[in-house]
Amino acid sequence: MFKSEAASWFRIYEMFQFKSFHMYGIIGSALALGILMIQLIKRMKLRSFYGEPIEIIDKDKSFYRYSVGGVIFGLGWGLSGACPGPMFTLLGAGFLPILIVIITAVFGTFVYGKIRHKLPH
Amino acid sequence: MNWIFEPWPWYIGGPMIALVMMLLLFSGKSFGVSSNLRTLCTLCGAGKNTDFFDFDWKSQRWNLLMVLGAIIGGWIAMNWLTLDATVHIHPDTIAKLKDLKITSAGSAYLPEELFSLHAFTQPKVLASLALGGFLVGFGARYAGGCTSGHAISGLSNLELVSLYAVIGFFIGGLLMNHFLLPYLL
Repeated sequence: MFKSEAASWFRIYEMFQFKSFHMYGIIGSALALGILMIQLIKRMKLRSFYGEPIEIIDKDKSFYRYSVGGVIFGLGWGLSGACPGPMFTLLGAGFLPILIVIITAVFGTFVYGKIRHKLPH
Repeated sequence: MNWIFEPWPWYIGGPMIALVMMLLLFSGKSFGVSSNLRTLCTLCGAGKNTDFFDFDWKSQRWNLLMVLGAIIGGWIAMNWLTLDATVHIHPDTIAKLKDLKITSAGSAYLPEELFSLHAFTQPKVLASLALGGFLVGFGARYAGGCTSGHAISGLSNLELVSLYAVIGFFIGGLLMNHFLLPYLL
C-alpha cells in the first residue's frame, strides 16, 4: 500500500481527476489477476493450505445498499484519501492525524450498526 | 535492487494486492478490510446492545492480525524502505491543489495541511478528517465492503453487486473531488 502510493491522498485526488493511469493500473492489475486466480480455484477445485476446499461465498443480491453505501463510502474516500487498508498503513508510517480518520470510521461503522434496521437495503 | 527504495510502479503494487488475496483464500479466509471496523466496535463493547456487533469477534482474529500487519508494513515501508516519500503526481493536479491551498502537493506523501501534527491544532482540518472517516466507516458497512472487499474480492468473483458498489464508490469520490472538496478543505 505504502510503496505503491495507494495510501497517498495525492494519488487518490489525482485518480478522481483522471490525470494518471497509476491507481487504475494498481486496481486493474490486482483485479485481472484476481479474476484469473478465482477462476483457476473454481475450475480446478483447488484446496487451501490446510487441505480444505476453498469456498468463495457469493454476496447477497440487492441493489440499494451497495449503491447508496457505495456513494457514501466514495464521498469519504475522496475527502480523506484513504480507504480502510491504507488508514492502518499510514498509522504505521507515522502520520498520526490518520487516527482521527480511523476513530471516526469505527464510529461511522457503529452508527450504521445502530440504525441499519431503519435503512433500505 | 535500488528500485525498492523508490515508489513502486502499479504493475508491482497491483499484483501484490492479488497475492495478498491469494494467500488469504488459500488460508481459507477472504480479503476484506472494512469488516475489521465492525470487529473493533465489538471489541469496544458495542455487541452488548446492538445485534450487528453481537458476534464472536475471536473468529475474526485473523483479520485483525492482517490489519496489524498493515500497520507494521507501513512502518517498515516508511522507515526502512523509503529514502524520499514524495509522491510525484501530474503537474496539472499539483496546480489544481495549489489553487485549493494545498501547497505541499508534489512535495510530500500526504498533504501536510491535513496530515502533519499541525493538523491537530486546526479545527477545520480535524472536522474534515472526521467527516471523511465517518463516511468511509458508515458507507463501507452499509455497502458491505470497501475497495478490498468489493473492487478486488467481489469483482474478482464477478459479482454484479460489487460492480454496483464500485460504481457507487466512484460516483461518491467524483462528487467529492470535483464539487465538494473546495468547501471542505
